[in-house]
Amino acid sequence: MEAFLAVMARELRLAARRRAEWALPLVFYAVVATLFALGASPNAPWLKVAGPSILWVGALLAALLSLERLFRGDYDDGTLEQFFVSPQPVSLLVAGKLLAQWLVIGLPLTLLAPVLGIAFGMGAELTGVLVLSLGLGLPALVLLAGFASALVVGLPRTGVLLPVLVLPLVCPVVIFGAGAVRAAEGGAPAGAPLYFLGAILVLCVCGVPLAAAAALKNALD
Amino acid sequence: MSDFLNMGGYAVYVWGSYAAAAAVFAWNLAVPLLRRRALRRELHAGQGEAS
Amino acid sequence: MTWIPNWMHRLASPPAFYAFAGRLQPWLWGASAALLGYGLVGGLALAPADYQQGEGFRIIYVHVPAAWMSLFIYTVMAGAAVIALVWRIKLAECVLTSCAPVGASFTALALVSGMLWGKPMWGTFWTWSDPRLVSELILLFLYVGISGLQQAITDPRAAARACALLAVVGFVNVPIVHYSVEWWNTLHQGPTITKFDKPSIHVSMLWPLLSAALGFTTFFAGVLLQRVQNELLWRERGNPWVKEAIA
Repeated sequence: MEAFLAVMARELRLAARRRAEWALPLVFYAVVATLFALGASPNAPWLKVAGPSILWVGALLAALLSLERLFRGDYDDGTLEQFFVSPQPVSLLVAGKLLAQWLVIGLPLTLLAPVLGIAFGMGAELTGVLVLSLGLGLPALVLLAGFASALVVGLPRTGVLLPVLVLPLVCPVVIFGAGAVRAAEGGAPAGAPLYFLGAILVLCVCGVPLAAAAALKNALD
Repeated sequence: MSDFLNMGGYAVYVWGSYAAAAAVFAWNLAVPLLRRRALRRELHAGQGEAS
Repeated sequence: MTWIPNWMHRLASPPAFYAFAGRLQPWLWGASAALLGYGLVGGLALAPADYQQGEGFRIIYVHVPAAWMSLFIYTVMAGAAVIALVWRIKLAECVLTSCAPVGASFTALALVSGMLWGKPMWGTFWTWSDPRLVSELILLFLYVGISGLQQAITDPRAAARACALLAVVGFVNVPIVHYSVEWWNTLHQGPTITKFDKPSIHVSMLWPLLSAALGFTTFFAGVLLQRVQNELLWRERGNPWVKEAIA
């Protein structure tokens, strides 16, 4: 547990030093949402309908782009090798790192979403569901993206490969996440999709750190 | 015969999917065979230096 | 690992498998040609036109076997992935990386033939409300991702093991995608597409279908062996048995 917290604290300290790391995804998210709105004819009714989908995919891309180099620095400076010589299970350390990543990148995006939601004409109840769904969905996304970036760690250029690996894996998250908002929009209870999101998150929390640790080990061997 | 080719008006769809199937089969046959030829050439050429 | 039979161990050694695959292949090609031939003739000519879909139903002889292959190959790949991860058997690594491109091609075929079937029957090439269509599409993305990952990593062993991890995670993902689309579908009552009830398929239609499906499967087995042989030759280059094999 101590090691878990130590890894987390280290990540948070590093992020505090580099403000761009958590600030830029927010700007990216806002710009993407703006571009969608500008691409539509002004105040087009479908924009309101497509709102949940746009806000979800925007958050997804913003989180994904910043996770590409997740393990890069640790790989270059040898921290990853330290993970493997430490007595703690690597999956635990990876989980700490990913939790910190969610705090640095996922949480701000979740908090920005309601502001953008208002711009897309969402009411108070809808933005509440949006925040809840992102709160449950983005951690799962960060975990899956962490797994994928562990697979490609050490490769000279990964470019578009990481999104291609991650996006098929997060389809259920998007379906349930945006679906919860749309269900609330139609007056249906949003509980069921949110429970599904929770179930997916639990599955990811249990399985992904192990898979990511295996991927890192493979990349380092 | 032209009845058969016409497929009850579904000619484009039926023959289209069979053509797609033929393309997939041809691709699957060709790629490993071409790779085998390239491998043979490469391995023959590299035989002297390989340990 | 004492419970693994001895012959299996011997077969997993590259030279033994190379020779075995070479002996097996002619039989597979022959069986595949015969089965596909019967499926083709039976499906295009012998089977009567469907009473609802007319001649258009003949696409079934491409579409259903292709869809079956897309799932079957993924299962083979995931099985090989588990073996490669747990027992670190080289042969399983070769099998799993060889599966991905073949699986992608059959999945693409299932999608294309499904769209060509959907247009005359449902009136649309594509619908987002059918979980099978969407799952096939995600399956295609997974196959492509695994191929891409394999090509991005230069060391073949590291590449294969990374692909194995991704294949296992993807294997868990596919049913989740399927059920999430199904759920999604109950949420929005979009334009309902008239689907045909599963008709009790006539024997003269069924046999060619089974034959075609088996023909696809044996064809895949032949292609897989050929690809695995290639992979073994490349990985074991420099070993004496390779020199003998290509002499």
